[in-house]
Amino acid sequence: MDENESTTIEITRRTVIETGTTALLLTTLPRAALAAGPANDPGPPPPPATIDLQINGHSHSLTLDPRTTLLDALREHLALTGSKKGCDHGQCGACTVLIDGRRINSCLTLAVMHDGQPITTIEGLAQGDNLHPLQAAFVEHDGFQCGYCTSGQICSAVGMLAESRTGMPSYVTEDLTHPQAELTDAEIRERMSGNICRCAAYPNIVAAIKQAAEMPT
Amino acid sequence: MKAFTYQRAGSTEQAAAAAVKPGAKIIAGGTNLLDLMKLQVETPSELIDINRLPLDKIEETSDGGLRVGALVRNSDLAADPRVRQRYGVLSRALLAGASAQLRNKATTGGNLLQRTRCYYFYDITKPCNKRSPGSGCAALAGFNRIHAILGSSNDCIATHPSDMAVAMRALDAEVETISPNGDARVIPIADFHRLPGRTPEVETSLKPGEIITAVKLPPPPPGVQVYRKVRDRASYAFALVSVAAIVDSTAGRIRSARLAFGGLAQKPWRVAQAEEKLANASANTASFNAATDAVLDGARGFGGNDFKIPLTRRTLHSVLAEVTRT
Repeated sequence: MDENESTTIEITRRTVIETGTTALLLTTLPRAALAAGPANDPGPPPPPATIDLQINGHSHSLTLDPRTTLLDALREHLALTGSKKGCDHGQCGACTVLIDGRRINSCLTLAVMHDGQPITTIEGLAQGDNLHPLQAAFVEHDGFQCGYCTSGQICSAVGMLAESRTGMPSYVTEDLTHPQAELTDAEIRERMSGNICRCAAYPNIVAAIKQAAEMPT
Repeated sequence: MKAFTYQRAGSTEQAAAAAVKPGAKIIAGGTNLLDLMKLQVETPSELIDINRLPLDKIEETSDGGLRVGALVRNSDLAADPRVRQRYGVLSRALLAGASAQLRNKATTGGNLLQRTRCYYFYDITKPCNKRSPGSGCAALAGFNRIHAILGSSNDCIATHPSDMAVAMRALDAEVETISPNGDARVIPIADFHRLPGRTPEVETSLKPGEIITAVKLPPPPPGVQVYRKVRDRASYAFALVSVAAIVDSTAGRIRSARLAFGGLAQKPWRVAQAEEKLANASANTASFNAATDAVLDGARGFGGNDFKIPLTRRTLHSVLAEVTRT
Protein backbone atom coordinates (compact mmCIF):
# COMPACT_ATOMS: atom_id res chain seq x y z
CA MET A 1 0.00 0.00 0.00
CA ASP A 2 1.60 3.36 -1.00
CA GLU A 3 1.42 6.61 0.90
CA ASN A 4 -1.35 8.05 -1.26
CA GLU A 5 -3.69 5.15 -0.62
CA SER A 6 -3.00 5.11 3.07
CA THR A 7 -4.27 8.68 3.33
CA THR A 8 -7.53 7.92 1.54
CA ILE A 9 -8.36 4.48 2.94
CA GLU A 10 -9.22 4.03 6.55
CA ILE A 11 -6.88 1.37 7.83
CA THR A 12 -8.49 -0.97 10.29
CA ARG A 13 -6.99 -3.96 12.02
CA ARG A 14 -9.08 -6.09 9.67
CA THR A 15 -7.66 -4.41 6.53
CA VAL A 16 -4.14 -5.03 7.76
CA ILE A 17 -4.86 -8.68 8.52
CA GLU A 18 -6.57 -9.22 5.16
CA THR A 19 -3.80 -7.48 3.25
CA GLY A 20 -1.22 -9.56 5.04
CA THR A 21 -3.11 -12.78 4.35
CA THR A 22 -3.56 -11.93 0.68
CA ALA A 23 0.11 -11.13 0.30
CA LEU A 24 0.98 -14.46 1.85
CA LEU A 25 -1.42 -16.35 -0.44
CA LEU A 26 0.01 -14.59 -3.49
CA THR A 27 3.46 -15.82 -2.63
CA THR A 28 2.44 -19.43 -2.05
CA LEU A 29 -0.37 -20.22 -4.51
CA PRO A 30 -0.27 -20.34 -8.29
CA ARG A 31 -2.47 -17.67 -9.88
CA ALA A 32 -4.95 -20.21 -11.28
CA ALA A 33 -5.60 -21.54 -7.80
CA LEU A 34 -6.49 -18.06 -6.57
CA ALA A 35 -8.93 -17.54 -9.40
CA ALA A 36 -10.65 -20.89 -9.35
CA GLY A 37 -10.02 -22.57 -6.01
CA PRO A 38 -8.44 -26.01 -6.09
CA ALA A 39 -7.95 -27.41 -9.60
CA ASN A 40 -11.15 -27.29 -11.62
CA ASP A 41 -13.25 -24.35 -12.70
CA PRO A 42 -16.25 -24.12 -10.35
CA GLY A 43 -18.51 -23.20 -13.28
CA PRO A 44 -21.07 -20.41 -13.55
CA PRO A 45 -22.64 -19.20 -10.31
CA PRO A 46 -25.87 -20.93 -9.28
CA PRO A 47 -29.13 -18.96 -8.92
CA PRO A 48 -29.08 -16.90 -5.72
CA ALA A 49 -31.31 -17.65 -2.76
CA THR A 50 -33.10 -15.06 -0.63
CA ILE A 51 -33.13 -15.82 3.08
CA ASP A 52 -33.85 -14.21 6.39
CA LEU A 53 -31.12 -14.47 9.00
CA GLN A 54 -32.12 -13.71 12.61
CA ILE A 55 -28.89 -12.46 14.10
CA ASN A 56 -28.61 -11.13 17.64
CA GLY A 57 -32.31 -10.36 17.64
CA HIS A 58 -32.29 -8.52 14.32
CA SER A 59 -33.72 -9.75 11.05
CA HIS A 60 -31.56 -9.49 7.92
CA SER A 61 -32.88 -10.29 4.47
CA LEU A 62 -30.04 -11.45 2.21
CA THR A 63 -29.81 -12.66 -1.36
CA LEU A 64 -26.88 -15.02 -1.53
CA ASP A 65 -25.07 -17.54 -3.67
CA PRO A 66 -26.17 -20.81 -1.96
CA ARG A 67 -22.49 -21.72 -1.55
CA THR A 68 -22.07 -18.92 1.02
CA THR A 69 -21.18 -20.33 4.41
CA LEU A 70 -22.83 -18.84 7.45
CA LEU A 71 -19.42 -17.45 8.42
CA ASP A 72 -18.99 -15.67 5.09
CA ALA A 73 -22.56 -14.35 5.27
CA LEU A 74 -21.78 -12.84 8.68
CA ARG A 75 -18.42 -11.41 7.77
CA GLU A 76 -18.70 -10.47 4.13
CA HIS A 77 -22.38 -9.62 3.76
CA LEU A 78 -23.32 -8.25 7.17
CA ALA A 79 -19.94 -6.85 8.29
CA LEU A 80 -20.19 -8.82 11.52
CA THR A 81 -16.49 -9.56 11.61
CA GLY A 82 -16.30 -10.66 15.24
CA SER A 83 -16.62 -14.30 14.15
CA LYS A 84 -13.20 -15.18 12.75
CA LYS A 85 -12.08 -17.34 9.87
CA GLY A 86 -9.15 -19.45 11.02
CA CYS A 87 -8.94 -22.77 9.22
CA ASP A 88 -12.32 -22.62 7.39
CA HIS A 89 -12.56 -26.41 7.88
CA GLY A 90 -14.09 -26.80 11.34
CA GLN A 91 -10.80 -27.56 13.03
CA CYS A 92 -9.96 -24.38 14.95
CA GLY A 93 -13.24 -23.08 16.40
CA ALA A 94 -12.54 -19.38 15.68
CA CYS A 95 -15.85 -19.14 13.78
CA THR A 96 -18.00 -20.53 16.61
CA VAL A 97 -21.49 -19.02 16.86
CA LEU A 98 -24.67 -20.12 18.64
CA ILE A 99 -27.75 -21.31 16.78
CA ASP A 100 -30.77 -21.72 19.02
CA GLY A 101 -28.27 -21.40 21.85
CA ARG A 102 -26.09 -24.30 20.63
CA ARG A 103 -22.50 -23.76 19.56
CA ILE A 104 -21.51 -24.73 16.03
CA ASN A 105 -18.73 -23.98 13.53
CA SER A 106 -20.21 -21.34 11.21
CA CYS A 107 -17.61 -22.17 8.53
CA LEU A 108 -19.03 -25.68 8.07
CA THR A 109 -22.61 -24.79 7.40
CA LEU A 110 -24.40 -22.91 4.63
CA ALA A 111 -26.25 -19.69 5.38
CA VAL A 112 -29.29 -20.95 3.43
CA MET A 113 -29.62 -23.86 5.87
CA HIS A 114 -30.31 -21.40 8.72
CA ASP A 115 -33.10 -19.34 7.21
CA GLY A 116 -35.21 -18.02 10.09
CA GLN A 117 -33.22 -19.61 12.92
CA PRO A 118 -32.03 -17.47 15.86
CA ILE A 119 -28.26 -16.94 15.64
CA THR A 120 -26.09 -15.35 18.30
CA THR A 121 -22.61 -14.08 17.48
CA ILE A 122 -19.98 -12.48 19.69
CA GLU A 123 -21.49 -9.09 18.79
CA GLY A 124 -24.73 -10.10 20.47
CA LEU A 125 -23.42 -11.13 23.90
CA ALA A 126 -22.90 -7.80 25.68
CA GLN A 127 -25.88 -5.81 26.96
CA GLY A 128 -25.00 -2.34 25.79
CA ASP A 129 -21.78 -1.41 27.61
CA ASN A 130 -22.14 -4.29 30.05
CA LEU A 131 -19.95 -7.16 29.01
CA HIS A 132 -21.27 -10.70 29.12
CA PRO A 133 -19.89 -12.44 32.25
CA LEU A 134 -17.63 -14.57 30.03
CA GLN A 135 -16.29 -11.52 28.21
CA ALA A 136 -15.58 -9.85 31.56
CA ALA A 137 -13.92 -13.00 32.88
CA PHE A 138 -11.67 -13.27 29.80
CA VAL A 139 -10.56 -9.66 30.35
CA GLU A 140 -10.02 -10.19 34.06
CA HIS A 141 -7.99 -13.38 33.57
CA ASP A 142 -6.18 -12.23 30.43
CA GLY A 143 -7.61 -15.21 28.53
CA PHE A 144 -5.92 -14.32 25.26
CA GLN A 145 -2.82 -12.94 23.67
CA CYS A 146 -3.37 -12.02 20.01
CA GLY A 147 -7.14 -12.26 20.41
CA TYR A 148 -7.90 -13.94 17.11
CA CYS A 149 -9.47 -17.05 18.66
CA THR A 150 -11.16 -15.13 21.48
CA SER A 151 -14.61 -14.51 20.03
CA GLY A 152 -14.81 -18.19 19.11
CA GLN A 153 -13.58 -19.18 22.56
CA ILE A 154 -16.17 -17.00 24.27
CA CYS A 155 -19.11 -18.10 22.09
CA SER A 156 -18.02 -21.69 22.58
CA ALA A 157 -17.79 -21.21 26.34
CA VAL A 158 -21.31 -19.71 26.42
CA GLY A 159 -22.60 -22.81 24.62
CA MET A 160 -20.52 -25.11 26.80
CA LEU A 161 -21.86 -23.69 30.07
CA ALA A 162 -25.41 -24.06 28.75
CA GLU A 163 -24.68 -27.70 27.81
CA SER A 164 -23.19 -28.33 31.21
CA ARG A 165 -26.25 -26.90 32.97
CA THR A 166 -28.51 -29.26 31.03
CA GLY A 167 -26.37 -32.22 32.11
CA MET A 168 -24.35 -32.92 28.96
CA PRO A 169 -21.53 -35.34 29.87
CA SER A 170 -18.09 -35.28 28.26
CA TYR A 171 -15.51 -37.91 27.34
CA VAL A 172 -13.74 -37.38 30.68
CA THR A 173 -16.91 -37.55 32.79
CA GLU A 174 -16.35 -40.49 35.11
CA ASP A 175 -19.97 -41.41 35.75
CA LEU A 176 -22.14 -41.03 32.66
CA THR A 177 -25.30 -41.52 34.70
CA HIS A 178 -24.55 -38.56 36.98
CA PRO A 179 -27.07 -35.83 36.09
CA GLN A 180 -24.50 -33.03 36.04
CA ALA A 181 -20.73 -33.39 36.05
CA GLU A 182 -18.74 -30.87 38.07
CA LEU A 183 -16.79 -28.51 35.81
CA THR A 184 -13.25 -29.40 36.85
CA ASP A 185 -10.29 -28.09 34.86
CA ALA A 186 -10.15 -31.43 33.03
CA GLU A 187 -13.83 -31.16 32.12
CA ILE A 188 -13.43 -27.59 30.86
CA ARG A 189 -10.38 -28.52 28.77
CA GLU A 190 -12.12 -31.51 27.20
CA ARG A 191 -15.33 -29.58 26.51
CA MET A 192 -13.38 -26.69 24.96
CA SER A 193 -11.10 -28.86 22.80
CA GLY A 194 -12.80 -27.62 19.64
CA ASN A 195 -11.25 -24.18 20.15
CA ILE A 196 -7.57 -23.88 19.40
CA CYS A 197 -5.45 -21.02 20.77
CA ARG A 198 -2.14 -20.75 18.98
CA CYS A 199 -0.86 -18.31 21.62
CA ALA A 200 -1.58 -21.10 24.12
CA ALA A 201 -3.48 -18.88 26.53
CA TYR A 202 -5.19 -22.04 27.75
CA PRO A 203 -4.50 -21.76 31.50
CA ASN A 204 -6.07 -18.29 31.58
CA ILE A 205 -8.95 -19.35 29.34
CA VAL A 206 -9.73 -22.21 31.73
CA ALA A 207 -9.54 -19.82 34.71
CA ALA A 208 -11.90 -17.36 33.02
CA ILE A 209 -14.44 -20.04 32.16
CA LYS A 210 -14.22 -21.52 35.63
CA GLN A 211 -14.98 -18.15 37.19
CA ALA A 212 -17.95 -17.56 34.86
CA ALA A 213 -19.24 -21.07 35.54
CA GLU A 214 -19.37 -20.35 39.25
CA MET A 215 -21.40 -17.18 38.83
CA PRO A 216 -25.14 -17.42 39.39
CA THR A 217 -27.10 -17.33 36.15
CA MET B 1 -16.91 -24.99 -4.11
CA LYS B 2 -18.54 -26.06 -7.37
CA ALA B 3 -21.90 -24.55 -8.17
CA PHE B 4 -24.97 -26.44 -6.98
CA THR B 5 -28.66 -25.82 -6.67
CA TYR B 6 -30.12 -25.96 -3.17
CA GLN B 7 -33.50 -27.27 -2.13
CA ARG B 8 -35.08 -28.06 1.21
CA ALA B 9 -36.88 -31.40 1.26
CA GLY B 10 -40.51 -31.34 2.35
CA SER B 11 -40.66 -35.04 3.16
CA THR B 12 -38.38 -38.06 3.39
CA GLU B 13 -40.00 -39.60 0.31
CA GLN B 14 -39.43 -36.40 -1.64
CA ALA B 15 -35.80 -36.29 -0.50
CA ALA B 16 -35.22 -39.88 -1.63
CA ALA B 17 -36.84 -39.19 -5.00
CA ALA B 18 -34.65 -36.12 -5.49
CA ALA B 19 -31.49 -37.84 -4.26
CA VAL B 20 -31.66 -40.59 -6.87
CA LYS B 21 -30.67 -38.10 -9.59
CA PRO B 22 -27.01 -38.31 -10.60
CA GLY B 23 -25.05 -35.49 -8.95
CA ALA B 24 -27.64 -34.97 -6.22
CA LYS B 25 -26.53 -35.25 -2.63
CA ILE B 26 -28.35 -35.20 0.69
CA ILE B 27 -27.06 -32.70 3.25
CA ALA B 28 -27.77 -33.11 6.97
CA GLY B 29 -25.20 -31.78 9.47
CA GLY B 30 -22.88 -31.06 6.57
CA THR B 31 -19.73 -31.06 8.70
CA ASN B 32 -18.01 -33.62 6.48
CA LEU B 33 -19.74 -32.94 3.16
CA LEU B 34 -19.14 -29.17 3.11
CA ASP B 35 -15.53 -29.68 4.16
CA LEU B 36 -15.07 -32.00 1.16
CA MET B 37 -17.00 -29.66 -1.15
CA LYS B 38 -14.66 -26.80 -0.28
CA LEU B 39 -11.79 -28.99 -1.44
CA GLN B 40 -13.75 -30.18 -4.48
CA VAL B 41 -13.43 -33.78 -3.35
CA GLU B 42 -17.23 -33.77 -3.40
CA THR B 43 -18.83 -31.83 -6.25
CA PRO B 44 -22.61 -32.32 -6.07
CA SER B 45 -24.69 -30.42 -8.61
CA GLU B 46 -27.70 -30.45 -6.32
CA LEU B 47 -27.97 -30.34 -2.53
CA ILE B 48 -31.08 -31.62 -0.81
CA ASP B 49 -31.33 -30.29 2.72
CA ILE B 50 -33.14 -32.72 5.02
CA ASN B 51 -32.43 -30.89 8.29
CA ARG B 52 -36.06 -29.89 8.85
CA LEU B 53 -37.55 -33.36 8.36
CA PRO B 54 -39.03 -34.97 11.49
CA LEU B 55 -36.31 -37.60 11.86
CA ASP B 56 -34.87 -36.25 15.10
CA LYS B 57 -36.57 -38.38 17.75
CA ILE B 58 -35.22 -41.10 20.02
CA GLU B 59 -37.99 -43.59 20.76
CA GLU B 60 -38.35 -46.72 22.86
CA THR B 61 -39.00 -49.85 20.79
CA SER B 62 -41.37 -52.63 21.84
CA ASP B 63 -38.46 -55.06 22.42
CA GLY B 64 -36.77 -52.77 24.95
CA GLY B 65 -34.34 -51.09 22.57
CA LEU B 66 -34.21 -47.62 21.07
CA ARG B 67 -34.89 -46.23 17.64
CA VAL B 68 -32.64 -43.24 16.91
CA GLY B 69 -33.83 -40.92 14.15
CA ALA B 70 -31.29 -40.25 11.40
CA LEU B 71 -31.23 -36.53 12.24
CA VAL B 72 -30.61 -36.93 15.98
CA ARG B 73 -27.47 -34.89 16.57
CA ASN B 74 -24.43 -36.68 17.96
CA SER B 75 -24.48 -34.51 21.10
CA ASP B 76 -28.17 -35.23 21.76
CA LEU B 77 -27.67 -38.96 21.32
CA ALA B 78 -24.66 -38.95 23.65
CA ALA B 79 -26.57 -36.97 26.29
CA ASP B 80 -29.85 -38.91 26.16
CA PRO B 81 -30.41 -40.36 29.66
CA ARG B 82 -31.51 -43.74 28.24
CA VAL B 83 -28.38 -43.98 26.12
CA ARG B 84 -26.16 -43.01 29.06
CA GLN B 85 -27.89 -45.55 31.28
CA ARG B 86 -28.18 -48.50 28.88
CA TYR B 87 -25.71 -47.90 26.04
CA GLY B 88 -22.74 -46.31 27.79
CA VAL B 89 -20.38 -47.56 25.08
CA LEU B 90 -22.32 -45.54 22.50
CA SER B 91 -22.45 -42.39 24.61
CA ARG B 92 -18.68 -42.63 25.25
CA ALA B 93 -17.87 -43.30 21.60
CA LEU B 94 -19.89 -40.27 20.51
CA LEU B 95 -18.24 -38.07 23.12
CA ALA B 96 -14.82 -39.30 21.96
CA GLY B 97 -15.51 -38.07 18.44
CA ALA B 98 -14.80 -34.61 16.98
CA SER B 99 -15.48 -31.45 19.02
CA ALA B 100 -18.58 -30.24 20.84
CA GLN B 101 -19.35 -27.80 17.99
CA LEU B 102 -19.22 -30.60 15.43
CA ARG B 103 -21.24 -33.01 17.59
CA ASN B 104 -23.97 -30.35 17.84
CA LYS B 105 -24.28 -30.44 14.05
CA ALA B 106 -23.33 -33.98 13.03
CA THR B 107 -26.20 -36.42 12.72
CA THR B 108 -26.62 -40.13 13.36
CA GLY B 109 -27.12 -40.91 9.68
CA GLY B 110 -24.36 -38.61 8.53
CA ASN B 111 -21.88 -40.05 11.01
CA LEU B 112 -22.34 -43.49 9.42
CA LEU B 113 -21.76 -41.95 5.99
CA GLN B 114 -18.54 -40.11 6.83
CA ARG B 115 -15.79 -40.40 4.26
CA THR B 116 -12.29 -41.49 5.13
CA ARG B 117 -9.72 -39.01 6.43
CA CYS B 118 -6.97 -40.47 4.22
CA TYR B 119 -4.71 -37.52 3.30
CA TYR B 120 -4.61 -38.60 -0.34
CA PHE B 121 -8.39 -38.84 -0.60
CA TYR B 122 -8.51 -35.22 0.55
CA ASP B 123 -5.79 -34.03 -1.86
CA ILE B 124 -7.26 -33.81 -5.36
CA THR B 125 -3.81 -33.49 -6.92
CA LYS B 126 -2.97 -37.06 -5.79
CA PRO B 127 -4.15 -40.39 -7.17
CA CYS B 128 -6.93 -42.04 -5.14
CA ASN B 129 -9.05 -44.97 -6.26
CA LYS B 130 -11.80 -43.98 -3.84
CA ARG B 131 -12.11 -40.42 -5.12
CA SER B 132 -11.19 -41.12 -8.72
CA PRO B 133 -11.55 -44.85 -9.53
CA GLY B 134 -8.65 -46.29 -11.47
CA SER B 135 -6.23 -43.46 -10.65
CA GLY B 136 -4.19 -45.51 -8.17
CA CYS B 137 -3.52 -45.34 -4.42
CA ALA B 138 -0.93 -42.85 -3.21
CA ALA B 139 -1.19 -44.13 0.36
CA LEU B 140 0.24 -47.59 -0.37
CA ALA B 141 3.79 -46.24 -0.69
CA GLY B 142 3.10 -42.86 0.91
CA PHE B 143 2.50 -41.60 4.43
CA ASN B 144 0.20 -44.28 5.78
CA ARG B 145 0.45 -43.90 9.52
CA ILE B 146 -3.34 -43.62 9.94
CA HIS B 147 -4.23 -46.35 7.47
CA ALA B 148 -5.81 -49.79 7.62
CA ILE B 149 -4.12 -52.96 8.82
CA LEU B 150 -7.17 -55.17 8.22
CA GLY B 151 -9.55 -55.68 5.32
CA SER B 152 -7.61 -53.46 2.92
CA SER B 153 -6.95 -54.20 -0.75
CA ASN B 154 -4.28 -53.34 -3.29
CA ASP B 155 -6.57 -50.53 -4.42
CA CYS B 156 -7.27 -48.84 -1.07
CA ILE B 157 -5.96 -48.88 2.50
CA ALA B 158 -8.21 -46.17 3.93
CA THR B 159 -9.99 -46.45 7.29
CA HIS B 160 -13.47 -45.44 8.35
CA PRO B 161 -13.21 -42.54 10.81
CA SER B 162 -16.36 -43.00 12.90
CA ASP B 163 -16.32 -43.75 16.62
CA MET B 164 -20.11 -43.98 16.84
CA ALA B 165 -20.29 -46.75 14.25
CA VAL B 166 -17.78 -48.85 16.20
CA ALA B 167 -20.00 -48.79 19.28
CA MET B 168 -23.05 -49.52 17.13
CA ARG B 169 -21.23 -52.51 15.64
CA ALA B 170 -20.66 -53.91 19.12
CA LEU B 171 -24.34 -53.32 19.89
CA ASP B 172 -25.54 -55.06 16.67
CA ALA B 173 -27.45 -51.98 15.58
CA GLU B 174 -29.62 -51.98 12.47
CA VAL B 175 -29.86 -49.22 9.88
CA GLU B 176 -33.37 -48.38 8.65
CA THR B 177 -33.70 -46.83 5.21
CA ILE B 178 -36.23 -45.68 2.67
CA SER B 179 -35.80 -45.97 -1.09
CA PRO B 180 -36.97 -43.57 -3.81
CA ASN B 181 -39.87 -45.95 -4.59
CA GLY B 182 -40.97 -45.72 -0.95
CA ASP B 183 -39.73 -49.17 0.11
CA ALA B 184 -38.29 -49.40 3.60
CA ARG B 185 -35.58 -51.89 4.55
CA VAL B 186 -33.37 -52.76 7.49
CA ILE B 187 -29.63 -53.30 7.08
CA PRO B 188 -27.64 -54.94 9.89
CA ILE B 189 -24.72 -52.63 10.68
CA ALA B 190 -22.32 -55.50 9.95
CA ASP B 191 -23.46 -55.34 6.31
CA PHE B 192 -23.77 -51.57 6.05
CA HIS B 193 -20.14 -50.59 5.42
CA ARG B 194 -18.22 -52.30 2.64
CA LEU B 195 -14.58 -53.28 2.40
CA PRO B 196 -12.71 -51.65 -0.50
CA GLY B 197 -11.87 -54.67 -2.68
CA ARG B 198 -11.66 -53.52 -6.29
CA THR B 199 -14.31 -50.81 -5.78
CA PRO B 200 -13.17 -48.56 -2.91
CA GLU B 201 -15.53 -45.84 -4.17
CA VAL B 202 -18.45 -48.01 -2.99
CA GLU B 203 -18.45 -47.53 0.78
CA THR B 204 -21.89 -48.68 1.91
CA SER B 205 -24.67 -50.98 0.80
CA LEU B 206 -27.03 -48.04 0.22
CA LYS B 207 -28.54 -47.91 -3.26
CA PRO B 208 -28.87 -44.66 -5.27
CA GLY B 209 -31.32 -42.35 -3.54
CA GLU B 210 -31.73 -44.64 -0.53
CA ILE B 211 -31.83 -42.56 2.66
CA ILE B 212 -31.13 -43.56 6.25
CA THR B 213 -34.18 -42.81 8.38
CA ALA B 214 -33.13 -44.31 11.73
CA VAL B 215 -30.74 -46.59 13.57
CA LYS B 216 -32.28 -49.26 15.76
CA LEU B 217 -30.49 -50.37 18.90
CA PRO B 218 -31.48 -53.80 20.21
CA PRO B 219 -31.92 -54.17 23.98
CA PRO B 220 -28.52 -53.75 25.64
CA PRO B 221 -26.57 -57.01 26.08
CA PRO B 222 -25.41 -57.91 29.59
CA GLY B 223 -21.99 -56.79 30.76
CA VAL B 224 -19.72 -53.84 31.29
CA GLN B 225 -19.51 -51.41 28.37
CA VAL B 226 -16.28 -49.58 27.56
CA TYR B 227 -15.06 -47.42 24.69
CA ARG B 228 -11.30 -46.91 24.61
CA LYS B 229 -9.82 -44.57 22.03
CA VAL B 230 -6.10 -44.26 21.38
CA ARG B 231 -5.10 -41.16 19.45
CA ASP B 232 -2.32 -38.65 18.90
CA ARG B 233 -3.71 -36.12 21.37
CA ALA B 234 -6.02 -36.33 24.35
CA SER B 235 -9.05 -34.85 22.60
CA TYR B 236 -10.37 -33.89 19.18
CA ALA B 237 -8.42 -36.38 17.06
CA PHE B 238 -9.33 -39.44 15.04
CA ALA B 239 -8.61 -42.87 16.47
CA LEU B 240 -5.40 -44.70 15.67
CA VAL B 241 -7.05 -47.66 17.36
CA SER B 242 -10.31 -47.77 19.27
CA VAL B 243 -12.11 -50.60 21.03
CA ALA B 244 -15.78 -50.89 21.89
CA ALA B 245 -16.09 -53.71 24.41
CA ILE B 246 -19.13 -55.23 26.11
CA VAL B 247 -17.98 -57.96 28.45
CA ASP B 248 -20.05 -59.95 30.92
CA SER B 249 -17.86 -61.50 33.61
CA THR B 250 -17.78 -62.37 37.30
CA ALA B 251 -14.79 -63.13 39.47
CA GLY B 252 -12.39 -63.56 36.58
CA ARG B 253 -14.72 -65.76 34.57
CA ILE B 254 -15.98 -64.34 31.26
CA ARG B 255 -19.47 -65.36 30.16
CA SER B 256 -19.63 -63.40 26.92
CA ALA B 257 -17.71 -60.68 25.11
CA ARG B 258 -18.37 -58.38 22.19
CA LEU B 259 -15.44 -56.47 20.69
CA ALA B 260 -15.52 -53.96 17.84
CA PHE B 261 -12.55 -51.94 16.62
CA GLY B 262 -12.10 -48.56 14.97
CA GLY B 263 -9.07 -47.20 13.12
CA LEU B 264 -8.15 -50.59 11.70
CA ALA B 265 -10.23 -50.97 8.55
CA GLN B 266 -12.70 -49.34 6.17
CA LYS B 267 -15.48 -50.56 8.47
CA PRO B 268 -15.89 -51.17 12.18
CA TRP B 269 -14.01 -54.44 12.69
CA ARG B 270 -15.50 -57.35 14.59
CA VAL B 271 -14.29 -60.94 14.67
CA ALA B 272 -16.62 -63.68 15.93
CA GLN B 273 -13.71 -66.09 16.61
CA ALA B 274 -12.10 -63.57 18.95
CA GLU B 275 -15.27 -63.34 21.00
CA GLU B 276 -15.58 -67.14 21.05
CA LYS B 277 -12.08 -67.37 22.55
CA LEU B 278 -13.31 -65.31 25.47
CA ALA B 279 -16.73 -66.89 25.99
CA ASN B 280 -16.70 -69.11 29.09
CA ALA B 281 -12.97 -68.51 29.50
CA SER B 282 -10.92 -67.32 32.43
CA ALA B 283 -9.84 -63.70 32.22
CA ASN B 284 -6.09 -64.11 31.90
CA THR B 285 -3.20 -63.42 29.57
CA ALA B 286 -3.70 -66.68 27.69
CA SER B 287 -7.33 -65.99 26.80
CA PHE B 288 -6.59 -62.33 26.05
CA ASN B 289 -3.78 -63.42 23.74
CA ALA B 290 -6.01 -65.94 21.98
CA ALA B 291 -8.64 -63.27 21.40
CA THR B 292 -6.08 -60.74 20.18
CA ASP B 293 -4.55 -63.27 17.78
CA ALA B 294 -7.99 -63.88 16.31
CA VAL B 295 -8.64 -60.14 15.92
CA LEU B 296 -5.32 -59.58 14.20
CA ASP B 297 -5.55 -62.63 11.94
CA GLY B 298 -4.47 -61.43 8.49
CA ALA B 299 -3.27 -58.04 9.75
CA ARG B 300 -0.83 -56.32 7.45
CA GLY B 301 1.03 -53.03 7.86
CA PHE B 302 2.26 -50.76 5.08
CA GLY B 303 5.27 -49.20 6.82
CA GLY B 304 3.90 -46.13 8.52
CA ASN B 305 1.08 -48.01 10.21
CA ASP B 306 2.98 -51.13 11.30
CA PHE B 307 2.77 -49.86 14.87
CA LYS B 308 -1.00 -50.36 14.87
CA ILE B 309 -0.54 -54.14 15.15
CA PRO B 310 1.19 -54.11 18.56
CA LEU B 311 -0.91 -51.09 19.58
CA THR B 312 -4.11 -53.05 18.94
CA ARG B 313 -2.73 -55.97 20.94
CA ARG B 314 -1.82 -53.80 23.91
CA THR B 315 -5.00 -51.76 23.81
CA LEU B 316 -7.19 -54.85 23.76
CA HIS B 317 -5.25 -56.44 26.64
CA SER B 318 -5.67 -53.25 28.64
CA VAL B 319 -9.39 -53.02 27.91
CA LEU B 320 -10.01 -56.68 28.75
CA ALA B 321 -8.10 -56.33 32.01
CA GLU B 322 -10.20 -53.29 32.88
CA VAL B 323 -13.59 -54.83 32.14
CA THR B 324 -12.87 -58.13 33.91
CA ARG B 325 -11.40 -56.56 37.04
CA THR B 326 -14.57 -57.03 39.11
